Amino acid sequence: MKVIDSVFSWLFIAVGVLPAAAAPIAFNRDVRPILANHCFACHGPDSGQRQADLRLDIEEVAKADRDGSFVIRPGKPTASVLITRIQDSDQNLVMPPPHFQKPLTAQQKATLKRWIEQGAIWESHWAFRPLQRFQPPRVRGAKIRNEIDSFIVDHLQHTSSGLIQSEVADKITLVRRLSFDLRGLPPSQMEVQKFVSGDVTYEALIDSFLASESFGERMAQYWLDLVRYADSGGYHSDVTVHISPYRDYVIKSFNDNLPFNQFTIEQLAGDLLPAPTEWQMIATGYNRLNKTTEEGGAQPGEYLVKYAADRIRTTSGVWLGVTLGCAECHDHKYDPFTAKDFYSFGAFFADIKEVGQYRGGNRDPEIRVPTLPQRQELRRIDLEIQKAIDGQEQIRVNELTDAKAVIEKQFVRTMVTNSVAPREIRVLPRGDWLNKTGIVVQPEVPVFLSLDTVDNEHRLTRLDLANWIVAKDNPLTSRVFVNRIWKLLFGRGISPRLDDVGAQGEPPTHPELLDYLAFHFMESDWDVKTLVKYIVLSHTYQQSSLVSAQAAKVDPENAMFARQLRWRLDAEFIRDTALSISGLLDKTVGGPSVFPYQPAGYWQYLNFPTRSWKADRGQLQYRRGLYTHWQRTFVHPSMLAFDAPTREECVAQRPVSNTPSAALTLLNDPSFVEAARALGQRVIQEGGTTDIERIHWLFQTVLSRRASENEMTKMIELLGQLKIQYAMDVKAAAELQAVGQFKLEPDVDIGQASAWAMLGRALLNVNEAICRN
Amino acid sequence: MIPLESNTGCGMEFTRRAFLGRTSGGLGLAALTGLLQSKTTVNAAEGLDAGITDGPHFVGRAKRVIFLCMAGGPSHLESFDYKPKLEQMHGKPMPESYTANQPIAQLQGQKLVCQRPLIPFKRFGESGQQITEIFPHIGSVADDLCIINSLHTDQINHDPAHTVMNTGTSISGRPSMGSWVTYGLGSESADLPGFVVLTSKGGRNPQPIATRQWHSGFLPGRFQGIQFNSTGDPVHFVKNPAGINRAQQKRVIELITGLNEIRDQLVDNPEIRTRIQQYELAFRMQTAVPELMDISKESQETLNMYGVAGADGSYAYNCLLARRLAESGVRFIHLYHRGWDHHNDLVRYMGICSGMCDQPTAALIKDLKQRDMLKDTLVVFGGEFGRTPMAQTNKGPVGRDHHMKAFSMFMAGGGIKGGITYGATDELGYNAVENIVHINDLHATMLHQLGIDHERLTFQYQGRDFRLTDVAGDVISSILA
Repeated sequence: MKVIDSVFSWLFIAVGVLPAAAAPIAFNRDVRPILANHCFACHGPDSGQRQADLRLDIEEVAKADRDGSFVIRPGKPTASVLITRIQDSDQNLVMPPPHFQKPLTAQQKATLKRWIEQGAIWESHWAFRPLQRFQPPRVRGAKIRNEIDSFIVDHLQHTSSGLIQSEVADKITLVRRLSFDLRGLPPSQMEVQKFVSGDVTYEALIDSFLASESFGERMAQYWLDLVRYADSGGYHSDVTVHISPYRDYVIKSFNDNLPFNQFTIEQLAGDLLPAPTEWQMIATGYNRLNKTTEEGGAQPGEYLVKYAADRIRTTSGVWLGVTLGCAECHDHKYDPFTAKDFYSFGAFFADIKEVGQYRGGNRDPEIRVPTLPQRQELRRIDLEIQKAIDGQEQIRVNELTDAKAVIEKQFVRTMVTNSVAPREIRVLPRGDWLNKTGIVVQPEVPVFLSLDTVDNEHRLTRLDLANWIVAKDNPLTSRVFVNRIWKLLFGRGISPRLDDVGAQGEPPTHPELLDYLAFHFMESDWDVKTLVKYIVLSHTYQQSSLVSAQAAKVDPENAMFARQLRWRLDAEFIRDTALSISGLLDKTVGGPSVFPYQPAGYWQYLNFPTRSWKADRGQLQYRRGLYTHWQRTFVHPSMLAFDAPTREECVAQRPVSNTPSAALTLLNDPSFVEAARALGQRVIQEGGTTDIERIHWLFQTVLSRRASENEMTKMIELLGQLKIQYAMDVKAAAELQAVGQFKLEPDVDIGQASAWAMLGRALLNVNEAICRN
Repeated sequence: MIPLESNTGCGMEFTRRAFLGRTSGGLGLAALTGLLQSKTTVNAAEGLDAGITDGPHFVGRAKRVIFLCMAGGPSHLESFDYKPKLEQMHGKPMPESYTANQPIAQLQGQKLVCQRPLIPFKRFGESGQQITEIFPHIGSVADDLCIINSLHTDQINHDPAHTVMNTGTSISGRPSMGSWVTYGLGSESADLPGFVVLTSKGGRNPQPIATRQWHSGFLPGRFQGIQFNSTGDPVHFVKNPAGINRAQQKRVIELITGLNEIRDQLVDNPEIRTRIQQYELAFRMQTAVPELMDISKESQETLNMYGVAGADGSYAYNCLLARRLAESGVRFIHLYHRGWDHHNDLVRYMGICSGMCDQPTAALIKDLKQRDMLKDTLVVFGGEFGRTPMAQTNKGPVGRDHHMKAFSMFMAGGGIKGGITYGATDELGYNAVENIVHINDLHATMLHQLGIDHERLTFQYQGRDFRLTDVAGDVISSILA
């Protein structure tokens, strides 16, 4: 099996070049963050703001001989102006100046002083320097499953935290964790039972989850946040746009395990590949995901500039993890990006066929393509036609051919990229689109990151950009992607800032591990499933998420990964979980967006034209959350309540809030009430005969475990009351059973079903049901 | 730092990176006591968020804001900024010295002709402020108003201009001012959200308004504005599902709490404790919100003063709700009235809009005043931009196009001087020229009145300390009482 082979090959590739070592003061870890946050604004990359002609982001300048005086004199803090100025008691001289409102702490001052004492050793910024092939530290122990554990344990041993790795989590926690992380769904009772009993090994469980189509859906959900996928234009009238096949493409690519470099190239420049396939054209929908306007008074020139800036922010955020968008109006204040870099980067996209102001929902160029479900159906019909031909059933052949034609008429539109003669791109002073005084720029990657591999003979294209992004010597792409995958599996990145790996980000806690993973990810031909499998096989991943008193004290944020983290599920997965355990979930993969129940009138503020939301009937009502119609200006309120983003900008890390709105949603949104009703019927039909059996069944279904004695008591108590209440008040029971379209089967007692629905509803609302532990 | 709360699900105690920490020593602790008082303690005990600050930066004059957004962009030239010169210039070409190379919206490619004021002005109050005669009620409180005639903004189209008005920039994804304020100061209400949005419409075909306008952006989700609706559930999902009565809902929530507590004993997770509190708050909201929306106990006199016919979702009803929300301790109350986009038939549509908005706006100010609440409630009134001194005639009877270089707003209460007009435009009302006020300055001033230094109310995101005022903003000190 390919996946397993690749995992094993990883184990043996590790040919060491550099040892992982711990140093007293490390520039990247200890010093650069201080300089970046407190000094770079005036002594950094932004030439417009630079004071005293001093750059502290460049070693040669910072250490230069300035007429016999030195800002930084290695080994001699007293001869370093930097030290005297930060310690100056004169408010007019002290650095940073008081009005900057970012004073240094005594500890920070001491750090700078010690660093200079120790020789002021400079390091290039961790994210911008070439990937290094670190050798995993030699560590032994029962908790070393692969190199990840070696790095983690070695790091722990070099700290004074007193922490050691946690034990493996119990099997129920583990199977739930893996299921949520790899599929965005809870495990079925059967899956739990087989794993707990040992019928299915941990590795087999991983393989089955990675092979399920839910894996692609789960990964797509994250990717769609990054690329800001939505079903509407975003500005003003926020009209519907046609793009759902792009989502199908993302799901399919993760399920097919399309190498990440190929995935990248197809989205940015699929149309520029020789004889692009239909899927490669669909992939170029990426370039059209920016917000667009139809507002009457919009000036096309202004909006073309907005679209361009939007694409620069997003593309640099999605693949490079940098905030190039900051350089729209001025040189970047913290990272070595110039304003010219910003516009030169934008020039790569100047050939995209588009207009500043659209009309009537039209977003040409678009193509018509089959949806994923239609493709399946067409394949099925083709097989049948072949059979019919073989069987010489001409009438059947005709019928099937007609059926095919009907489907072909229902193909859907999707925006794609067409390349035209590039527009002229200028540097816009302060981002002002009316200012034509800036220089004209050509497509160019940020100067300080440019690689020899980029050929400068012809005008560079999006394909050149894509190739540069996934070039083996591009230091960012692999690091950024691996770090984000790590975050999906641990709740925290190795570098905890997922959206900025620049100077203002946070250096990785385990730089050698990050480089190790990033390096081998590229070596494995950008094999995403192998990467995921490799990480979840580690002991580090399998640890318990319980927090010891010592860990709570010395490492509350789990920067050392001596345990797992626990967190609330994403909005979509909460919906998926409710649908899944109620048995309502429709597992169709792909297709146009769907319309789950939404409060009446929520769209009343939309205009040009006015619209109303029509909830889907039938199975479409029970699709996974990632298929929900994404109206940028009015994202479904249940999604918003659980922190889903509006998809107006690239989002690498959703916040996780805990609000009364979320409580009201999970309690009262008809989608969740209906799921509870269906669960109520299930427990009556499948959960055994006694109340006790049924309550255990309910716990098994929702939480993958049996109820404790205390829990049982509480459940039984309310069950008794509710049974009486709903038996006496049939009208109330009928009203409850009318929420949503699900219909009780005729032989199920409506009062009983209502009482059980209420219990199911309670269980769906407990913290444990919506958390990954 | 990672964004606040990004780890909350992991069971971390909420880490307060109080921005005051960075500037400790600058302000005496005594100065921090004025605003939040004992109520904060009560709220904290009940699970409400007290905001990110340990207290305001200094004693503020206002405890809350009521922002009355006249969405669509009312004409400053027919409301607060009288321009006699336009009478003389009427029908003549707009001098190119004004319009050359300037952004323009629906007048692209049209002849640019001066348009005289379409509605007469009058002087109101002892202060003699000049206000359009179709705002007689607002005129009646002229002595409480600080009219600002020198605002300008960065965006000429509705959606981005609203975004600038609410977030200080046109780039989406940033928190709105209501979110910033509740993030900074928290809520004073134990059973209502800290930031509430109400909308109404009437006038010319209303412009859409996006939830982005009250979104918390990169701030934690609990600082998001909660929209109160006049039709359907007043707040999404605040009503019990059909067939579930209040007692049953209570019992279900008690069961959820009981199960959560049992689990918490086993796994010790602060996040579970927070969730328990949020469910209790949600349950209280289920009573408090319908009570708040129920105006049956208001006196007939009050109803008459606002011109409220009933719980009809009108601007008048919303103004009355705004006062009730203010009384309940809600920190930021944001009203939108959609209908002020007067490209054509400006006189008729201004008449409709003023008929809906003039009396309730004035009533709100009077009502707050008679309850002694105007002194600590900052009322702000105005649109997302102004309208051109040039006529727009390509859509029927004369109107005016979008205009970003100058417009008017007023502020009242909350420690702002009344009976004054601040700033001025040029003689044609095209550019703000005297005491120019950018949206960032407006925000800085609002925050200042709340006791917040706008340069110190920050949140780190994408490696940068973001502020409501972006990189600019000056407090307009001469309008402070």
